[in-house]
Amino acid sequence: MNPLVISIAVKHLLARKRQSVVSLFGIVLGVAFFLTISSLMLGSENDFIRRLVDNTPHINISDEYRNPKQQPAEIAFPSAALDVRSVKPETETRGIRGFVQILDYLHTIDGLKASPVLAGQALVSFAGKDVGISLNGVVPEELNTVSTLHNYMTVGSIEDLIANPDGIIIGTELARVMSLRVGENLNVAATTGQIHTFKIIGLFHTGRASYDEEQTFVTLKRVQALLDRPNRVNTIIIKLNDAYQARDVAAQIEAHVGYKSVSWQEASEDIMSTLMIRNIIMYSVVSAVLVVAAFGIYNIISTVVMEKQRDIAILKSMGFHARDIEWIFVTQGCVLGIAGCAVGLPLGMAMMRAFMGLSFRVPGSSDPISIPMDWSWYQFVIASAFAFAAATLAALLPARKAAHVQPVDILRGGT
Amino acid sequence: MTTALLRADHISRKLPGDVPVTLIEDVSIDVHPGEFLAITGPSGSGKSSLLYLLGLLDRPTTGHVWLNSTETTDCAEDRLADLRLTHLGFVFQSHFLLPEFTAAENVMLPMQRLGKLSQSEIGTRAVQLLSDLGLHDQVHKLPRQLSGGQSQRVAIARALANDPHIILADEPTGNLDTKSSGIVQDILRSLSHQQGRAVVAVTHDPAFAQKADRLVTIVDGKIA
Repeated sequence: MNPLVISIAVKHLLARKRQSVVSLFGIVLGVAFFLTISSLMLGSENDFIRRLVDNTPHINISDEYRNPKQQPAEIAFPSAALDVRSVKPETETRGIRGFVQILDYLHTIDGLKASPVLAGQALVSFAGKDVGISLNGVVPEELNTVSTLHNYMTVGSIEDLIANPDGIIIGTELARVMSLRVGENLNVAATTGQIHTFKIIGLFHTGRASYDEEQTFVTLKRVQALLDRPNRVNTIIIKLNDAYQARDVAAQIEAHVGYKSVSWQEASEDIMSTLMIRNIIMYSVVSAVLVVAAFGIYNIISTVVMEKQRDIAILKSMGFHARDIEWIFVTQGCVLGIAGCAVGLPLGMAMMRAFMGLSFRVPGSSDPISIPMDWSWYQFVIASAFAFAAATLAALLPARKAAHVQPVDILRGGT
Repeated sequence: MTTALLRADHISRKLPGDVPVTLIEDVSIDVHPGEFLAITGPSGSGKSSLLYLLGLLDRPTTGHVWLNSTETTDCAEDRLADLRLTHLGFVFQSHFLLPEFTAAENVMLPMQRLGKLSQSEIGTRAVQLLSDLGLHDQVHKLPRQLSGGQSQRVAIARALANDPHIILADEPTGNLDTKSSGIVQDILRSLSHQQGRAVVAVTHDPAFAQKADRLVTIVDGKIA
């Protein structure tokens, strides 16, 4: 760019320090808020996904089929005009049949760990109180490899279930609600009508009140007996070394074993869609700040163009081209955009750091949480590019108007 | 007789509209090197309009304008701007200096736009031009710090920046006191008589007009 054009543009801006600073301030705030809010959104999204990936199985094989079983007639006559209705499935014990063979198959897949679970509803009674719980029958030796429960144990450990087959691990909320302590007995009534007394051998605390109140863990054999479903499990939970392979691996497993295999991405599709919509809303709102700032720039450069009609006329009479005049005013927008980014980016980083230091309690969580912030280079690029483009485009219209000034029209009335 | 530096051949300028206004009608004029030409006439007669046509700031509705034997009527805007930059210097009634630039910076602008000299050469020439016009101690002052006469002399220095063959002055003494007016008149006269430039000055000051080599009077857009 011509240094003369830059020199004139900068002089114009410096001649109107106050207006220039005000319009610059708009860009600075726009860039800073863009960075801060996008980092906040990205941080919360990543934190959410991290929690989702860490705290839930990457793949869940359940005792269901995605589609009804094909009937023999449909298999025999694939091209026939068949209409099979009101098929009554065979009555059988619910659960995954042949889960041992399925586990053997799963263990042949690299980077995969799997463990069976039999989960069912039950009722616990203590001191006259009845509370509904989810009873999870697990293999204690394997659970640590597919679950993060061990990270949340406050008393005891999952391995204690090996030495205490009649032991039960409950959440701190359930213990609080029912005034229970480790070492005390707990009567559990299954939906089959059977009642079993477990001894509390461990407590966990995840911070999610509903989970800490509802979920309990005992050995698989005890739950199979209590629910009257011997040699059955209704879930196989799987962890992968690379959680983002879950969708493909789930499809592969489902194709092989037939049972419905749901990846964490599929299970959270509605949440992921919500996150995407939230991102669109966020970027629209934050971009609006920059658009408003661009209007400020448009305003000041339009004013400068109006005030500088005589200077434009004299420059053109001197031999400046229309393009030179246009560049003088576009450069003013560019200078404001660059200066806005130069100040806005560090300010945005400072705001991000300030937000990272905050922590507070939210409803549904028993622990204080800090604000998750996350950023990457592309946010800085987007913020800078958008601010620069907005400032430059805002200057373009008045610049074009300036370029079309006819010197003779101004000089005739310019004495 | 030398070849005309600037020639207008039967030029007319009409402003379009419901009622068209004729600013200039069928004017022919030649301007030669070293000639000091004054254009006079009553207010609204079309003196300035003729100067703008001669200075390629406006286009005639009919007729032709030649600058250094270049027919300019059909030239593109950028080409006209280049011709103004290299061949013409303008001085207006109001000095029209850029207020954010010092006297020297104002004089440097046309040279910087032309881009033929280095920055240091441009600076030296600007200071020299201002010193030649008695402004050696006003070089770094802003226009608001200068008197009317000083500002007009800076404007003349700016007009001379690219060493043009022709100086076009529109009422250059119109806003000046008698003393400053006399100084500016003498400078313009010396530009033609001592430096060999063509000077075309619009004025309604009879004393100024009498100093010219040739006088053209415009009445109702025509040469009287």
